Amino acid sequence: MSYKPQNNRAWLGVLPVLLIVAFSAVVPLMTVINYSVQDILDFNTRFFVGFEWYVQTLNDERFIEAFGRQLAFSFTVLALEIPLGIAVARGIPKNSRLTPLILIVLALPLLIPWNVVGTIWQIFARSDIGLLGVAINAMGISYNYTSEPLHAWLTLVAMDVWHWTSLVALLAFAGLTAIPQPYYQAAELDGASSWQVLRYVELPRLRGVLIIAVLLRLMDSFMIYTEPFVLTGGGPGNTTTFLSQYLATMAVGQFDLGPAAAFSVIYFLFILLFCWLFYQSVVKRDEETP
Amino acid sequence: MSWMAWTLPTAIFFGAIGFSLLVLTLWELKSPTILRKGLLPIATTRGDRFFISLLSAAFIHLLWLGLVDAPVYPATAVSVLVAAGLLKWG
Amino acid sequence: MSRSGRWILCAYLVYLVLPLYWLFSMAISSNADIVGEFNAFPAAPTLANFAEIFSNPVWYQAFGNSLTYVFINTLISLAVAIPAAYAFSRYRFLGDKQLFFWLLTNRMAPPAVFLLPFFQLYSAIGLFDTPLAVALAHCLFTVPLSVWILEGFFSGVPTELDEMAQLDGHSFGYFFLRVFLPINRGAIGVTLFFCFMFSWVELLLARTLSGAEAKPIVVVMTRTVSASGLDWGVLAAAGVLTVLPGVLVVWFVRKDLVKGFALGRVS
Repeated sequence: MSYKPQNNRAWLGVLPVLLIVAFSAVVPLMTVINYSVQDILDFNTRFFVGFEWYVQTLNDERFIEAFGRQLAFSFTVLALEIPLGIAVARGIPKNSRLTPLILIVLALPLLIPWNVVGTIWQIFARSDIGLLGVAINAMGISYNYTSEPLHAWLTLVAMDVWHWTSLVALLAFAGLTAIPQPYYQAAELDGASSWQVLRYVELPRLRGVLIIAVLLRLMDSFMIYTEPFVLTGGGPGNTTTFLSQYLATMAVGQFDLGPAAAFSVIYFLFILLFCWLFYQSVVKRDEETP
Repeated sequence: MSWMAWTLPTAIFFGAIGFSLLVLTLWELKSPTILRKGLLPIATTRGDRFFISLLSAAFIHLLWLGLVDAPVYPATAVSVLVAAGLLKWG
Repeated sequence: MSRSGRWILCAYLVYLVLPLYWLFSMAISSNADIVGEFNAFPAAPTLANFAEIFSNPVWYQAFGNSLTYVFINTLISLAVAIPAAYAFSRYRFLGDKQLFFWLLTNRMAPPAVFLLPFFQLYSAIGLFDTPLAVALAHCLFTVPLSVWILEGFFSGVPTELDEMAQLDGHSFGYFFLRVFLPINRGAIGVTLFFCFMFSWVELLLARTLSGAEAKPIVVVMTRTVSASGLDWGVLAAAGVLTVLPGVLVVWFVRKDLVKGFALGRVS
């Protein structure tokens, strides 16, 4: 990183962003905190209840279960998408006429509205009209994601892998193209296997983009809402209800302002913690490699 | 502003945070902070330590509310101690 | 490049394309064919589903609404993010690191957390059920993301360029608009792509902040599922149409796409 002069007038450049984000983030966040300590019947009839909603949320079994499911889901998709993304990226030819086409096809799932992703997988996986559902059943395996919790889970994971592995692959490919060719030639001279190239040449130089990939995927999978909402509706039962969906039901479904607000604050605090931990590792990397 | 549903305790809470930010800014202008390595595994500035203190305080309170069925004042006391420790030695 | 890598890529591309093929195949089938006997290929291809969408104002107005707020959102995001990214990439200033982190947390915050206050906020200022409300709400994540990407790209532009323009006696405004921005065309294109990508695909905020007037396409689609007895063909056709703008956008930025995905900070 080159030397940057100290200049507090740079604040002028940042001011518009500050104003718009203050409007769309700070004011709402303060409002959520206000709501979270009150019992609000309507805006003229409200009572201060202290931390009651927090106690209620933290002891709410459905909240804890949704949280556990959320963690399980996020780590499952991360464990699949990161290695698969790297493997796919290594397969993309670097200077072929096909390269742009492959990249565009890879980018496709990222540009599809999330509810359409849900719809696509709904019509793809249904056991009556879906290609996948019918194919699996034809192989003699009874598969029905709308009634079997395990099947619903597997379908959701398959959908998320379909939806987001491209992001990891594109990031990793961007990182791979930045590795100078001599590194590969040196590895070849040493007779390194493909595995050794990956381990000693590529992975160390991919660290930066991989941190970004893990951060984005962890955060985005942690707030997943639309796709399961469309695909399974959180069911069968509550077996695929994740945090955002539970929260949205409370907030705009039942309009429970206080409890939903307390839920939001707790949710946000965890995001803040994860985000900060990752930011530290990004900053640390920037300092190590000037 | 009625839709924001203000209460006195939350107003004091935000006021305190806003005031702290102001103090930190003025302090920073007067004597710029130095990145230093303390008890924490990373080198921190004054602002970092303040942020870590706030975040720890939040989680200490959450833990208390989730596990103990009692007034939160002990949690607040612990938070203040942790914050003081972090600001001094963190 | 290993041979196994090729195989993984090919297998993955098949996995990626199959559901899309199925969507397309349904879009050109009649509903009777879909729920009737199972066919891996459309039995009697028809464009009736698309005709239904283009002749029904509920559908095409919803498309218009969606494109409107995506467009407004992209304009706002770029307008505020460019100066900020320049400031971050060129100067150190009081609280810059903290500010950057704070922006990042907004990108990571779950929209569900902001549902309640957004609903109240936009109702209170009379913007509820307008494309502007959705556009502003989406700024929550598109603005931080834009700043993040642009900062990465701008940092890669040597500062000598700024100094040279100054020596040539150009004003800062001239330099910025005539020299700096044109050089960073690619970066701005990629940012546009990302703003589009995250605003176009979002459902939760768009649904909460729009009533009957500004109903976006994603909402009409989810309502169709629940209300009119599942016309799979029309639903699939609408799905195909929502993919098209994305394809257009990705085509225009294909050259800078890879660098953009690494948020400009690869090398």
